[in-house]
Amino acid sequence: MKEHTIFDRLFDAGCHNVTSTGLFLHGSAQVGDRSVSVIGTRDHAAIDGQLALRIANAILQAVRADAGSVPRPILFIADTQGQALSRHEELLGLNGYFAHVARCVDLARRHGHHLLTLIHGEAVSGGFLAFGMLADRICALPDAQVRVMDLRAMSRVTKINLERLEELAGVSPVFAPGPENYWHMGGIHEIWSSDDNWPERLAAALASTTDTDGRAAIGLERGGRQLAAPTAQLVADA
Amino acid sequence: MIGRRISYFEASARMRLSGLVDTDSLSEFCPPEMRQTSPHLARLDAPLAFDDGVVVGRATLAGHAVLIAAQEGRFIGGSVGEVHGAKIRGLLDKALVERPAAVLLLVDSGGVRLHEANAGLIAISEIMRAVLRVQAAGIPVFALVGGSCGAFGGMGIVTRLCAEVVMSEQGRLGLSGPEVIETVKGVEEFDSRDRALVWRVTGGKLRRALGEATRLVDDLIPAFRAAAADLIARYQTHPLAPASLGTLLDEQARLTARCERFASARDGLEIWQAAAFTDASRVPELTVAEFNLQLGELA
Repeated sequence: MKEHTIFDRLFDAGCHNVTSTGLFLHGSAQVGDRSVSVIGTRDHAAIDGQLALRIANAILQAVRADAGSVPRPILFIADTQGQALSRHEELLGLNGYFAHVARCVDLARRHGHHLLTLIHGEAVSGGFLAFGMLADRICALPDAQVRVMDLRAMSRVTKINLERLEELAGVSPVFAPGPENYWHMGGIHEIWSSDDNWPERLAAALASTTDTDGRAAIGLERGGRQLAAPTAQLVADA
Repeated sequence: MIGRRISYFEASARMRLSGLVDTDSLSEFCPPEMRQTSPHLARLDAPLAFDDGVVVGRATLAGHAVLIAAQEGRFIGGSVGEVHGAKIRGLLDKALVERPAAVLLLVDSGGVRLHEANAGLIAISEIMRAVLRVQAAGIPVFALVGGSCGAFGGMGIVTRLCAEVVMSEQGRLGLSGPEVIETVKGVEEFDSRDRALVWRVTGGKLRRALGEATRLVDDLIPAFRAAAADLIARYQTHPLAPASLGTLLDEQARLTARCERFASARDGLEIWQAAAFTDASRVPELTVAEFNLQLGELA
């Protein structure tokens, strides 16, 4: 599904002015009686330093625009195949550019902006870590794919044969790609279906953002991550 | 003196810790006796570690209270799995309550542990949020990078969230490791076996010249200790101010300028040249003291 079809379904046709520049999406939209900022990537973007800077700048401008007034929610649209892979990007410190994006997201949260991510297309590894994964609440659209690495590549790196990994992927959400697995582990809060009323879901999701990180507790509750919450608690209470 | 000349690069996580903090001051949380191992590795018949590859605890450093985590690069590349990540996250949560002088992360990691990739990715995201939260509360987090696995993947991002990044020349910092880039993009893009090139692109001297690392120290445990002690003392007199719109706009401008200035750079030599080192090609041969002196003279 192209992003403009998605926007028309999400916001009621005409109630947004999101435009794309290359792989970068930016604009604002109306959700019920609220205005929200929209910042995103499209077409399975490989996130490089330039794109990271555009995202960061849009977040900073959203914070600046609302200084002294009620902070508007920020809606992140994540579609990324991961970080750009190149010697040039590594030389300049792409990890530092991603950290800068994360600091900007944190600033927006501290300034009272509610932060919601919609995954459409792909959310992969470093690209997802930098952009989208730090929101208060994360929702996957029906076509979304979420992963660190595909099983074939994982088999190469871990030297565990593919058949074994495929067999385990069927019973363990811990390394198999897919939004359902992330849902079980608390990494994704909601998965939307095509039949849902998206404007209603969007309004409900925006209303249920919280600024604390409850993902480990959710993962425990849903049974996908049984040890993260108790282990962190064990250390915190020691 | 001979006994004190211990290479940080060669040392295990526990050796680094014992040389870094005040003698006998470390008390470990969730120690190996508790056998908090990874159930996911067990299911794959992969080797286990009773500490899941990370030591977390409380200690003093030059008399100051610190919370500290040390990743063990020798255990599956210091990779972050569910338990490993949760220990670091718990330590950061604890910092909000105990308010130590600093939290020290001895990073030695390739990033997410693929055997439990989804859990690892979420764990790193949780660590990122926790580091941001701790620093927003005015408690500085320092990353120390000088191990054989460097700081890559999500741990490369975590490292750059820290208020201070102390590196040795041998330390490496980045996002995608050279092997990954070579595998996907080809050997002409990045030859991971060209060790000198790898260090010119990811190593401590390059990161320090760019400003990504805030200190460059010798590959010795006491050198890391001295830098950490010095930084703690500095934050005692100049407390960490949470990032503001102004400081992040400045950082935005700085990173934008770097992209423009080095629009086609592919080798650390170009960065050192632009930084006006007397002879960029000789930078890899400079001692840390000579490097810092030249950098200081340039600043």
